[in-house]
Amino acid sequence: MSKKVIVLGEVRDGALRNVSFEAIAAAKKISGGGEIVGVLIGDSVQNLGQEMIQYGADRVVAVEHPHLKHYTSDGYGQAFMAVHEQEEPEAIVFGHTALGKDLSPKIAAKLQSGLVSDVTDIEGEDDEAVFIRPIYSGKAFEKVKINEGTVFVTVRPNNIEPLAQDAGRSGDVASVSADIQNLRSVVKDVVTKATDGVDMSEAKVIVAGGRGVKGAEGFEPLKELADLLGGAIGASRGACDADYCDYSLQIGQTGKVVTPDLYIAAGISGAIQHLAGMSNSKVIVAINKDPEANIFKVADYGIVGDLFEVIPMMIEEIKQLKVNA
Amino acid sequence: MNIYALVKRTFDTEEKISVQNGQIAEDGAEFIINPYDEYAVEEAIRVRDEHGGEVTVLTIGSEEAEKQLRTALAMGADKAVLINTEDDLDELDEFGASTIIAEYLKDKDADLIIAGNVAIDGGSGQVGPRVAELLDINYVTTITELKIDGDKATVVRDVEGDSETIEAQMPLLVTAQQGLNDPRYPSLPGIMKAKKKPLEELELDDIDLDEDDVEVKVERVDVFLPPEKQAGRVLEGDLQDQVKELVQLLRNEAKVI
Repeated sequence: MSKKVIVLGEVRDGALRNVSFEAIAAAKKISGGGEIVGVLIGDSVQNLGQEMIQYGADRVVAVEHPHLKHYTSDGYGQAFMAVHEQEEPEAIVFGHTALGKDLSPKIAAKLQSGLVSDVTDIEGEDDEAVFIRPIYSGKAFEKVKINEGTVFVTVRPNNIEPLAQDAGRSGDVASVSADIQNLRSVVKDVVTKATDGVDMSEAKVIVAGGRGVKGAEGFEPLKELADLLGGAIGASRGACDADYCDYSLQIGQTGKVVTPDLYIAAGISGAIQHLAGMSNSKVIVAINKDPEANIFKVADYGIVGDLFEVIPMMIEEIKQLKVNA
Repeated sequence: MNIYALVKRTFDTEEKISVQNGQIAEDGAEFIINPYDEYAVEEAIRVRDEHGGEVTVLTIGSEEAEKQLRTALAMGADKAVLINTEDDLDELDEFGASTIIAEYLKDKDADLIIAGNVAIDGGSGQVGPRVAELLDINYVTTITELKIDGDKATVVRDVEGDSETIEAQMPLLVTAQQGLNDPRYPSLPGIMKAKKKPLEELELDDIDLDEDDVEVKVERVDVFLPPEKQAGRVLEGDLQDQVKELVQLLRNEAKVI
């Protein structure tokens, strides 16, 4: 039986996040040919509807309200439920982002449904769909299926290939009105700490530092390399505990779990807890003075050496490459 | 203030994971309080010390989870509740766990509920917000700061590296992110006192739930380990040449830059 699936399009700084297109691709598999409806929530988002359609949604509904400028679980919950009542979908897909993690359990509780969080792959289609997700921070994986009720999943950024954008696709973008009221939380202030807005969960390249960076200023060359590669900065617990950087950068079993295309570990020894957070990256480069460091056991390429020599050399070499290209 | 901390017994983060008969092997593994829940317990104690009241730690599990509850009591919590599902349930998903917790809490008039933002085993991060929704109270996830003033809390929340300051109405459920505090180690007198603190054990019957009410919606069909990562190449030669080679490899072999 084909399924009608609704996909939440997540907007950041006025643009759709890549994970939303990945969520549409996941929805395609779950739908078994059923209709895919994109949902946009915000104070001014309707203009992004066509892009969701170009990536595979059949049509889009938007809920716009001044109270939806900032995400709150109450505001977005009310907006999403207004769409849900109108559309009555059989399946729902969100990105497993800060927003998706916060909102999806609320919706699942309202619907009294199951919810499969942090899906990295889907086997089979429609009623046969089996969802693969990491457990123990990626030390193992489980396959699960949903026995009854709404098929509700969140997909981990960077894992499911989006469909190719088709500029020729068009569809209906309609608005749904909702009363957004009685918000129990109000966002007072937002301080941006992430490096140039490249978020770790979606970054294609992560340059991570450990105790070997020796101080806050030791992250500077790593930042420069990350910027050059359009990537993000990360850190081991050791570096965070030593106050070299903010805990929001921590990668590992306590911390973020990341799967970029390229992970460069600089001055990180590779404790089992750190490996849990990054060992499923596609390509891993280790730079460490200690040839016995554990990190070399998972690295595709390793350089035994001082990161303060190696990283600046890499920066120069990559700059050269870009000039010659 | 009536404060609840939700905790889960999990594998120690040092443990290697292996699979036996389609399940994660638990033989000989060390268990701890889920690290994010430790932040929750610590924060609950600090809030109580500042505002007065009582901290109750709550978990679902088997008798073995008593050890983690005693640890939380030794840190300074006042009471503990174990909802023992060992005889009633083979499986429990987030729907079921949140149903049980909310059913227990519904007539307890909690002012503040603190949970970890995620458990390091299942990793779904659902139970906290689900409980809040079932109790129809406000929630804020992944917090790094909490200040309570009357019927309002000022909360700082980590949002993928950005920090949001939120004014939130009480009663409130929050989930802890690392950076919220440094959990204390239980002191020796704390451990002694914990032995005498009340630890209540309940079963589903005691909270008027039936096995059918918490039947899993999501069923595990398989567990597997990721393919072992093969150690790659450690480059050799002059450092400058190694870097040249590395950049070429990343460009031409791995095709990632």
